[in-house]
Amino acid sequence: MKPAPFQWHPASSLDEAVALLARYAPEDGRVIAGGQSLVPSMALRVALPAHLIDINGIASLARLEVEAGRLSIGACVRHAAFEHPVEPGVLGRLLATVAANIAHAPIRTRGTFCGSLANADPASEWCLVAATLGATLVAVSARGTREVAAADWFHGIMTTALAEDELLAEARLPLLATDARAGFHEFSRRAGDYALAMSLCTFRVVEGRMREARVGVGGVEPQPRRIPEAERLLEGERPEPETFARAARAAADAVDPLEDIRTRAAYRRDLVAASVRRSLQAACDDTH
Amino acid sequence: MTPRIDITLNVNGSDHDIRVEPRRTLADALRQDCGLTGTNVGCEHGVCGACTVLLDGEPVRSCLMFAVQAQGRRLRTVEGLANAEGLHPLQQAFTDHHALQCGYCTPGFLMLAVGTLERHPDIDDESLREVLSSNLCRCTGYQNILRAVRAVRDSRRLAREDAR
Repeated sequence: MKPAPFQWHPASSLDEAVALLARYAPEDGRVIAGGQSLVPSMALRVALPAHLIDINGIASLARLEVEAGRLSIGACVRHAAFEHPVEPGVLGRLLATVAANIAHAPIRTRGTFCGSLANADPASEWCLVAATLGATLVAVSARGTREVAAADWFHGIMTTALAEDELLAEARLPLLATDARAGFHEFSRRAGDYALAMSLCTFRVVEGRMREARVGVGGVEPQPRRIPEAERLLEGERPEPETFARAARAAADAVDPLEDIRTRAAYRRDLVAASVRRSLQAACDDTH
Repeated sequence: MTPRIDITLNVNGSDHDIRVEPRRTLADALRQDCGLTGTNVGCEHGVCGACTVLLDGEPVRSCLMFAVQAQGRRLRTVEGLANAEGLHPLQQAFTDHHALQCGYCTPGFLMLAVGTLERHPDIDDESLREVLSSNLCRCTGYQNILRAVRAVRDSRRLAREDAR
């Protein structure tokens, strides 16, 4: 179908966008950046915004830079920007690996990092990154600016802490330590499909043992999260396949998988075990 | 119907002054308002890639943009590939390698390939396969499409090497 009629409001500054959102949010007004999730939903008429506040013209939202030990990602930064490492450390390499798994190249040209976070699809790769690494999300409205920790951001399928009059202006990712390793694995039946399960794991190796391990799982539950049962099994251990397998099984047992007619919970658990194991191995092998 | 907006789209080097509702997708504006029906609409929700055009040199799905968003940008569509001298090398390669049957997906694949080879002339086989997997084809089974694009990549590489 063709999208339902709407009024288009292009903003040229963040202040203008915020004012437009304050005015139009109560009248079914929404923000459009990349539109790679929003426009399909409008074409299918499951989304019927009466107003679109277009932020693509706001230069300040294209900001992508390291500041105070964190990578600041503005609302208009596209997925494609990450395909080559955006910073020279472990984080930059990890984001490049993850970006290659997002949809297809033409979608990555337009879709945005922050758009993924605001959309909060359970199968979103950037949402898993944000949850696992502990991102900070910056929400701006006419009422002011507030920072939300990733742990408080995800409220369920396609549901976040963002109020209807708020714009997610920036996401901040902490840089990983120089002795950190990171691995990512995603499973889908065809290239470009939504993930049926994915895992992001990081740990530091200190005197031959894993420290500060993070095991994140996404695409399996309504929202991505860290799995403490798996992390506990890694802490202080040597990075070895048997240890990874134990942690992977713990992660598979810990999740409460989404189910649908094509994908049963038991299959998702299998995929979680495989994804966690593979991402831990990838982290282990990440020795730049 | 919402009030229409007067916009100018720059397509294949020419300006088109059109008047469209905000909800008019770029794909529909190119086809209906600019009369450039080379770009096809398949799924109209961003999964098939038949609507792929180049926006400032980069492949995008024109069914996922609104025409009003494309003002001031340089658009290229399949109509801009051939010139007075004949078919674009990729069009010729598609013909030579039987990379089309019904031809419906072809404009999308051509623009995807043009944009990819222009920005990544030394792209390797695996990455090329990844990129071309962005678009769907019901007829060919894809192998001849891959062959055609590889052939142009390789012949350009040879030409660059010969020029040294």
